[in-house]
Amino acid sequence: MSLASVMAPVPVPTPSPGRVAPPVPRADPSPALREEPRVAKMVVEDLSAWYGRRKVLHGVSLPFVKDAVTAIIGPSGCGKSTLIRCLNRMHEIQPGAAQSGRVLLDGRDIHGGHLDPIELRRRVGMVFQKPNPFPTMSVRDNVLAGWRLTGTRPKDPDAVVEDALRRAALWVEVKDRLKAPGGSLSGGQAQRLCIARALAVAPEVLLMDEPCSALDPIATARIEELIHELAPTVTIVIVTHNMQQAARVSAYTAFLYMGELVEFAETAGLFTRPADPRTEDYITGRFG
Amino acid sequence: MGRRSSSSPSDAAFHATLVLAGLGVATVLAGVAWEVLDLAGPAMQKGGLSFLTGTTWDPVAGEFGALPALYGTLLTSAIALLVAVPLGIGSAVFLSEIASSRVAAVAGVLVDLLAAIPSVIYGLWGLFVLAPLLRQHVQPAVQSVLGDVPLFAGPPLGVGYGTAGLLLAIMVIPVVTSVSREVLKAVPDTQREAACALGATPFEVIRGTVFPYARSGLVGAVVLGLGRALGETMAVTMVIGNRYEISASLFAPGYTLAAVIANEFAEAFSPEYLSALGGLAVVLLGSTLVLNAAARLLVRGVRHGGG
Repeated sequence: MSLASVMAPVPVPTPSPGRVAPPVPRADPSPALREEPRVAKMVVEDLSAWYGRRKVLHGVSLPFVKDAVTAIIGPSGCGKSTLIRCLNRMHEIQPGAAQSGRVLLDGRDIHGGHLDPIELRRRVGMVFQKPNPFPTMSVRDNVLAGWRLTGTRPKDPDAVVEDALRRAALWVEVKDRLKAPGGSLSGGQAQRLCIARALAVAPEVLLMDEPCSALDPIATARIEELIHELAPTVTIVIVTHNMQQAARVSAYTAFLYMGELVEFAETAGLFTRPADPRTEDYITGRFG
Repeated sequence: MGRRSSSSPSDAAFHATLVLAGLGVATVLAGVAWEVLDLAGPAMQKGGLSFLTGTTWDPVAGEFGALPALYGTLLTSAIALLVAVPLGIGSAVFLSEIASSRVAAVAGVLVDLLAAIPSVIYGLWGLFVLAPLLRQHVQPAVQSVLGDVPLFAGPPLGVGYGTAGLLLAIMVIPVVTSVSREVLKAVPDTQREAACALGATPFEVIRGTVFPYARSGLVGAVVLGLGRALGETMAVTMVIGNRYEISASLFAPGYTLAAVIANEFAEAFSPEYLSALGGLAVVLLGSTLVLNAAARLLVRGVRHGGG
């Protein structure tokens, strides 16, 4: 990864006439959902993305509902990860990466001048596929990494650490070894530490890029539980190739295929009555 | 990995070959150490600790003290590291973190070529380019401002500790750069992404994530550079002035352990003289080992696991 391109502006051509308007979630929501006003925390409009000459996203438009979990499913290489990496501008730091279309956070373009990528990434946190705690930092410093790396300090670091670890359901396990190195935790603990690290800077959106694919079933179940607990307060976008997981954790699901958004709907509806035959083929295991 | 029973004769042969190779390295090291110690024995027995602390080197009178040469070796190596470590690690960071892959590839080859230049060529360059440059331009300029400071006192000769240190620095930079670059490249991108996704700027990513992760490897790069600086003989001999004295001034001529051995070995006229040169070799070997061990302990001391 070249860091020289981190700050480089991204060319944002005027959007071509939108392929589709963001699909509206279908009727018949579950009772719990009916109560909440559906506000889009982030919106992707006609988003295309390239690696060099290879186009990996083709005009995707999609809302991410505030304080709900949206799952992005699809076969490997369908552009899922690229899509969420566009949401915190991590896509553009890769050499040869380009994109077009718009990404809105609270209705404002994240490439607009009001928000630099640094600030954006503090508001839109990310958890990666492979747990990547900082091995040379202690557990405590890992949680505070978002502060420490940027040379800032919360008012009450201990409170931040405890709160973030509690929200990441890790506090009980590590409270007696906060000084232990971050590399000493098991895979599942390390991933929850990464979640705590992301939560410590109080993000409004949490992007999770296949957060359980490197974990065993028990650790996976814990992370899923955790996603449930976090959902009321944080907008979560989770990429997964595990359809059962999408069905378990998300309120909305988007099905991506070959870089195109095939279908976006409430999770219950998408899995029981898929509108597109390709979705049906995928969720019934006929391909992917 | 535990010891496993060999399942076939070829496995056994392979195993035996590897054991032999491993033992061979240890044997060579032990053999060298033994021979040098054997050679140095008489001189060290006679002089005792004063061999290490003595400042006179008078073969005719049979008086041998290693301190001026040891001082020269340590001083020139320190100057070399002081200059080479920031520059070497800095260029490694540029090559691995900032430069585009094409620039990094070209510059990387150039750096490796620098490391491959024979030291006598560096010595020639030092003698005919660096030394006159320092004598005519740099040393007078420094002295016009800081002439009263002992560190810069004395006539501008062009050759001396400072020149040798700078030349060593130039020779050490490619070593430090080359090793550091590999070490930095070995830092997983997931670490950089983790920091980047937390809102760290490129500088903060390097300082807060890449450096700590690569710390022990970077110390290794410095140790390798130090090894080259301590042991470098030819280039140093050509520019240090070869005067057996201890002087506080960087502009003053001096000597190093390796340079004394190389210059005087052929003309050592008595067994005692030869043994004293062996003593210098022991001191050189010893200081290399001690500094190596110290650097390793340093790494272990600051490391919190990982990395």
